[in-house]
Amino acid sequence: METIIENELVRELANKHGRTRESLIPILQDLVVHNRFLSRQDMVDVARELDISAADVFGTATFYSFLDTEVRGKYVIRICKTISCAMKGKNDILSTIEEILKVKMGETTPDRKFSLLEANCIGWCHKAPAMLINDTPYTELTPRKVTEILREYIKK
Amino acid sequence: MVNLSINGMLVKVPEGTTILDAAKKMNFRIPTLCHHDDLCVAGNCRVCVVEQLGAKSLVAACASPVSEGMQILTNSLKVRSARKHIIELLLSEHNADCTKCYKNGMCELQNLSNEFAVGDHIFIDLNTIKDYTIDRFSPSIQKDDSKCIRCQRCVRTCEQLQGVNALTVAFKGDHQRITTFEDLSMAEVICTNCGQCINRCPTGALVERTYLDEVWDVILDPTKHVVVQTAPAVRVGLGEELGLEAGSRVTGQMVSALKRLGFDSVLDTDFTADLTIMEEGTELLTRLKKALVDKDPEVALPMTTSCSPGWVKFIEHTFPEYLPNVSTCKSPQQMFGALAKTYYAQVRKLDPKDVVSVSIMPCTAKKYEADRPEMRSSGFKDVDYVLTTRELARMIKQAGVDFNKLKEDKYDSIMGVSSGAAVIFGATGGVMEAALRTAYEIVTGREVPFEGLNITPVRGMEGVRQASVMIEDCKEEWSFLNGVELKCAVAHGLVNARKLMNGVKSGDIEAHFIEVMACPDGCLGGGGQPIPTNEEIRRKRTEAIYAEDMSMEIRKSHENPEIIGIYREFLGEPLGHKSHELLHTHYTKRVRY
Amino acid sequence: MSSQHVKRVDLIFEKIECRDVLKKIVDMEPDAICQELLESDLKGRGGAGFPTGLKWCFTASEKDPVKYIVCNADEGEPGTFKDREILDLVPGKVFCGMAIAGKAIGAKMGYVYLRGEYKFLIPKLNEELKKFHQTMDEFNQNFRIQIRLGSGAYICGEESALFESIEGKRGEPRNKPPYPTKSGLFGKPTVINNVETLVHSVMIMKYGASHFKELGTKDSRGSKVFSISGDTPKAGIYELELGMTVDEFVNDFGDGDTKAVQVGGASGFCVPRKKFEETIIGFEGVPTGGSMKLFNSTRSMYNVLHNYLDFFTEESCGQCTPCRVGCQQLLKGVEAVKRGEKNSKYLDELVKLAKTMKRASKCGLGQSVGNAFGSIVENFKEEIIY
Repeated sequence: METIIENELVRELANKHGRTRESLIPILQDLVVHNRFLSRQDMVDVARELDISAADVFGTATFYSFLDTEVRGKYVIRICKTISCAMKGKNDILSTIEEILKVKMGETTPDRKFSLLEANCIGWCHKAPAMLINDTPYTELTPRKVTEILREYIKK
Repeated sequence: MVNLSINGMLVKVPEGTTILDAAKKMNFRIPTLCHHDDLCVAGNCRVCVVEQLGAKSLVAACASPVSEGMQILTNSLKVRSARKHIIELLLSEHNADCTKCYKNGMCELQNLSNEFAVGDHIFIDLNTIKDYTIDRFSPSIQKDDSKCIRCQRCVRTCEQLQGVNALTVAFKGDHQRITTFEDLSMAEVICTNCGQCINRCPTGALVERTYLDEVWDVILDPTKHVVVQTAPAVRVGLGEELGLEAGSRVTGQMVSALKRLGFDSVLDTDFTADLTIMEEGTELLTRLKKALVDKDPEVALPMTTSCSPGWVKFIEHTFPEYLPNVSTCKSPQQMFGALAKTYYAQVRKLDPKDVVSVSIMPCTAKKYEADRPEMRSSGFKDVDYVLTTRELARMIKQAGVDFNKLKEDKYDSIMGVSSGAAVIFGATGGVMEAALRTAYEIVTGREVPFEGLNITPVRGMEGVRQASVMIEDCKEEWSFLNGVELKCAVAHGLVNARKLMNGVKSGDIEAHFIEVMACPDGCLGGGGQPIPTNEEIRRKRTEAIYAEDMSMEIRKSHENPEIIGIYREFLGEPLGHKSHELLHTHYTKRVRY
Repeated sequence: MSSQHVKRVDLIFEKIECRDVLKKIVDMEPDAICQELLESDLKGRGGAGFPTGLKWCFTASEKDPVKYIVCNADEGEPGTFKDREILDLVPGKVFCGMAIAGKAIGAKMGYVYLRGEYKFLIPKLNEELKKFHQTMDEFNQNFRIQIRLGSGAYICGEESALFESIEGKRGEPRNKPPYPTKSGLFGKPTVINNVETLVHSVMIMKYGASHFKELGTKDSRGSKVFSISGDTPKAGIYELELGMTVDEFVNDFGDGDTKAVQVGGASGFCVPRKKFEETIIGFEGVPTGGSMKLFNSTRSMYNVLHNYLDFFTEESCGQCTPCRVGCQQLLKGVEAVKRGEKNSKYLDELVKLAKTMKRASKCGLGQSVGNAFGSIVENFKEEIIY
């Protein structure tokens, strides 16, 4: 038997964005802001609120790189891997972060504070290499600069 | 009208016609994969690209409407090279181990690669790189991602025809795949097992779970007494798998073939279809009495049919609040199974543990239904194995039976006699019509007021149909129904079932009795029926089944002598104690994904 | 090497009073706006270069009472970052452009589809949008704009995929026809313009079509904002007059050792040194949405190509065969050639495949993968093989 436990966040978001199909992505985006990823239960609850199938929610979410359906940390680091950043030393930045956080690309730290991911062009080619931590861009990175940035986040 | 030229030949077609259809009119077949007559246009496989003179790129014939003065080449050099590339690309992604595939010889991709003489694969085999899985968790449907070509026919079927959306396209780019919610197995999700996706899958990515070997094993086991039942729609579909035209009625040859395969008794699901009418008709009248005479607020109306296991699972997932409205009658298949190991075994003096019951169904959901834990009221698994129409055809081929030369034979007895009312269970509206033929007569003592007993208002192909019958001059015990306009609604295809139920919910649709068949055009269009399928094919099967009804001596369930016999000798009366034990069931609310 | 400068222009980032332009528009006949745009010969600045005036005229002539104007701010083409700068520095002009288009076609509703990577711009945009709506109220205009965020899918920059995304679905391009001017967002007639195009329309309405036409060439009128990156000492955003040759461009922005310029991003063309002089940057030569990426002699063009193919393999929506499988085959194919598992003739097969992708793919993404592939393989074959 399925027991419906009220998912207040989902209901609140549906109230805010509406319950038509076009509300789906804004709701999912806000869920990611709150939880950094979309849990199975959240997707089921969104499907119920919008009266669409859960598979549809899953299919739509997985189309978008930022709508993660896997557990992510509080801070999601996305390093740009496209050509300019690749040319300007993205790999050094990546290995620096891997060393500091003790995770590999695609992984999340055990304390669920950081996830380390790659992204396609994030639009800072003239200030490569660049990365996003959640929504904030960081550009013209050097191993030293990225170490300082991470140190600040680790303190948070 | 629009004028255009195709391969230099002028043609005039109505506005809005696709290039594909315009070419068809000129007898040029353009190959397709993602296109299906029953589904909306996708234009994503690109196999149908043609050259439009003056256009920068090739255009997809299935997705492009004609325009005035258009000049189309369907077989130019550019088209040929692109088409061959596209087939080769699909093959590079496809598990092309064709000889081991269930769809070997019936695969649209295989046919195309044959037509285009795709020899050595020039491209790198991507299939081996990917970590594909085969989902065999569902008792009905097997999904093999290594054979999927992403045409999305299954996704569109599940969405547009069935409104279920168990299947979806997920991820993008090289990770794009057809899957379920969170990649769960088909057995864990909202899938109703209707099998409509199988009917439309061009490759072997979606096929039924087969139980051929298991059935052969029991047939060839001398200690087992194997009874087989055949559903109504099988007799008007089977021929297609054996080289006959759509709409061929092969009841007699089928019975003959089944006997040659070695079944110990060849019986008819139609018998329990008649029994269903007795039970379900009585249930409906009882509910009406409770509502109208006893004013019982608990009684659930409208009552819906329960013969279609796809529909039952759909309502369990989607409208669980309406589960009390579903008739408690088991489906004819399950009634048959329960009786095969009780009544039949008793009369034939067999130990029920030695009786194996096999059913031949136009349906894949029946495989799931037979596996439901509540379907064991005989003390055994009521139905042991369920085969589809397609699987039966394969058995006939395996046994080397020359089907088309067989003489007609008759069903065995007991449980082999049936009525025309039972046979139309295979068509949408059929259960309704059969029930009305009997219920009206029980209540009024007169035949239904329709010419030749053909209740045409409930027939047809519209997705949701409504009809009503005025009940007057009732027999004394049914006098409370005097002046009642009995309202009925019929839906086929689950997308229409959803519409109907939403109509009931909102009050827009008023009904006492609702028939729902999960598949488009009912069991005739079932997920276990021959492939291909389209409206035209299903219409021919429908005509055949109504012709079968007209050819029957008995046209009403309650006049079936074996039905009269089973109540006299075994069951007592409809909805009686024994019926409750063997012929009725209950339902379970299920998750919504 | 001479280091003469390509002409700089300052139209897009010029700070202007949008109120004045809006005030002027309010009293204009829609048809007059369309005519002015047509007269200017402005072509879309997203890269495809469809005449903007024509797009507006087509949509204006549709009878449907509900129409939309959509601003395509899903700037995802590798090497393009000019729309971010425009939205950051002159967001009011973007909204103003949308209001002009809205007036021209009879739309009451506009959407800005902003790529998720630029979410940090939202607070600023919202603030500016509030002001914009106040101005609209002041002029008794009931035109409203909503901002929608993308979520990391390059393909959503394709117009019909963008509509799908706003509608809450997977960003899969639609079949065309019908075109957006007839059936776009929510099935309604829709004008969809690039950020920069909309700002140009503001400046055309402000200064007149003739002012715009003074710049550029017959086929490529006006100026264009370029996103310049790669091996250049002057990486950044520049508004330049259209019609220069690659040679002129490299003289201005190169590091003295430029061996190739990728014009138009991953979906654009690679121009090798030997073709710098003959190649014009514009619709008569190599079109671009603004991305100019320079490579010097230290760069392996195999790595460049591999990076692009990896990008397309991931960012293809996956629905159509030529693009989904074709991208993977090109990627795996060049890898196999590089490793020596396939001989160099296999590259010719891949070039043919890229041609099929160009001809048979459903949308612009698949159709343009062959641009970079063909031009890099053709000009740097040795680097790919050895």
